[in-house]
Amino acid sequence: MNADKKAKIVIIGGGPAGLSAAAAANEAGAAAGDILILERDNVLGGILNQCIHNGFGLHTFKEELTGPEYAARFVSTVQERGIPYLLNTIVVDISVDGDGSKVVSAMNRTDGFFTVRADAVILAMGCRERPRGALNIPGYRPAGIYTAGTAQRFVNIEGRMPGHEVVILGSGDIGLIMARRMTLEGAKVKVVAELMPYSGGLKRNIVQCLDDFGIPLKLSHTVTDIRGRERVEAVTIAEVGPDRKPVPGTEETYTCDTLLLSCGLIPENELSSQLGVELSRVTSGPVVNESLETSVPGVFACGNVLHVHDLVDYVSEEAANAGRNAAGYVEGNGSEGKPEEDGTPVQVIAKDGVRYTVPSSIRIGRMNDLQLIRFRVGAVYRDASIAIDFNDTVVRTQKKRILAPGEMEQVILKKEDLQKFEGLKTITIRVDTSEAKKQ
Amino acid sequence: MSRITELTCIRCPIGCQITVTQDDDGKVTEIKGNSCPRGYEYAGSEVTNPVRTVTSTVHVEGGVLPVTSVKTKGDIPKGRIFDCMQAINAASVKAPAAIGDVVIRDVCGLGVDVIVTRAVAKA
Ligand SMILES: Cc1cc2nc3c(=O)[nH]c(=O)nc-3n(C[C@H](O)[C@H](O)[C@H](O)COP(=O)(O)OP(=O)(O)OC[C@H]3O[C@@H](n4cnc5c(N)ncnc54)[C@H](O)[C@@H]3O)c2cc1C
Ligand code: SF4
Repeated sequence: MNADKKAKIVIIGGGPAGLSAAAAANEAGAAAGDILILERDNVLGGILNQCIHNGFGLHTFKEELTGPEYAARFVSTVQERGIPYLLNTIVVDISVDGDGSKVVSAMNRTDGFFTVRADAVILAMGCRERPRGALNIPGYRPAGIYTAGTAQRFVNIEGRMPGHEVVILGSGDIGLIMARRMTLEGAKVKVVAELMPYSGGLKRNIVQCLDDFGIPLKLSHTVTDIRGRERVEAVTIAEVGPDRKPVPGTEETYTCDTLLLSCGLIPENELSSQLGVELSRVTSGPVVNESLETSVPGVFACGNVLHVHDLVDYVSEEAANAGRNAAGYVEGNGSEGKPEEDGTPVQVIAKDGVRYTVPSSIRIGRMNDLQLIRFRVGAVYRDASIAIDFNDTVVRTQKKRILAPGEMEQVILKKEDLQKFEGLKTITIRVDTSEAKKQ
Repeated sequence: MSRITELTCIRCPIGCQITVTQDDDGKVTEIKGNSCPRGYEYAGSEVTNPVRTVTSTVHVEGGVLPVTSVKTKGDIPKGRIFDCMQAINAASVKAPAAIGDVVIRDVCGLGVDVIVTRAVAKA
């Protein structure tokens, strides 16, 4: 296949993940001119441009930045390094050619449809909000129902308020952030209803966005009715039982003109699945090894497209890793190098309350001296432990005061420990509640 | 009798659970559970003088964007958030605006400036 452009590393998405991957690939030896970032929006920075609240970058820059400020730092790094990028350019397809090179098809106004041949591709497309269709709320579909992220864009980028009396369904971070944002702009946020018995948002957002303003959070509640034909007029919420079905008699009706939905994010992986990348059923993101390489050699993934992050600092760190590994891959120490030296990959297994791990396999020969494993748990645990098993042997337990689905957890593995363990096949990460029960 | 307050540190998204013990006079006698000095500082001030950073948007005159984002350059007392918002809503900036440009000097006499957090080019 003839391609219109050539690059060694093509990065899809110019959000924090794509920008950090580009800078790190360049730092690791890939020439700036051999890298190309493709971004469908008219600016770099991704979702951060609309996240005007602060709290970003404490771990990366040791100061608390707002989303746009955090993005600006990475944008300047990319610009200073002279890494090329194309804006208003949407990637529509990625395929693998016979020689293992990748062909990325994209479109924009100036070039029309074009293809780029690349040795390596980094997936950094971020995630999108769960659409309201998936929520199954009965009744009409009047105006005034938005996803929280859409409302965030209205208020923070376009400068207009979607409404003045608000009910929020779902306690994801964007919903919490928007509860505060709309309150500050003079709206009355009446209630946040969450289907689950715990919030999917960060604790700090519950404190800072709801508690500070006396906005009630009703756990185990859902919307059962939306009133209004043209525009939302009232919303009824009810408590749900353990079966997550509304309990009759618990209904409460709130008059409002706006209903915001904050029901979670899903990695944006249409391109990845078309390419044949194996996706995790838990995260909807690609299954990756220690190098953040997907099941398609030379295709790496990082940021929210891999698994939904709540901390952009972790996104940047993870993406830098993917960038370095992609640089290494194009330098010729790629995965088709000498697989025998890498040994059989050790499988990383999520068990007993741990929902998934990233990565899900480790080639010991390729891992760094320290390997970070990130994961999420499926429920709230108090005073439990995170246990790590090598094959069937418990090698470490780590006490945790609190584990919650809203908070990403991590453990760090040492290469020497993996090397020392004879016949290592599986590493299991699990929640150990035996101590918790004893208390 | 000492008073114990359980709070969630909001200085960074990790959200450590911090326990603060105060004596009868409100003097902080012990702070536990923080993972870094910022948390220690936060917990101490949260029980005596709670503060927040305010982030919002202001209108832009003649820019490529209708609004741009701003923040208080430092923390302000939690009780003054809405006063500060009133001042922010009355303010605007002229394009071009750069990150760090001062929109309101010494907002509400709190000794803190409101600054631009997103650059806007001229239309
Ligand atoms: C509302 C909200 C609040 C948050 N609050 C915080 C917080 O307080 N603190 C914190 O640390 N973190 C926070 N985060 C997390 C952090 O912002 C995200 O984790 C981070 O932005 C993810 O980066 P990303 O690059 O993976 O994705 P994005 O920022 O989503 O970037 C992906 C980019 O890829 C582009 N793209 C997608 N598909 C294509 C395609 N086919 N072709 C070309 N380009 C494409 C998109 O346009 C986008 O620019 C928040 C996130 C959200 C959504
Ligand atoms: S104590 Fe430190 S690490 Fe913990 S939440 Fe506060 S700032 Fe973050």
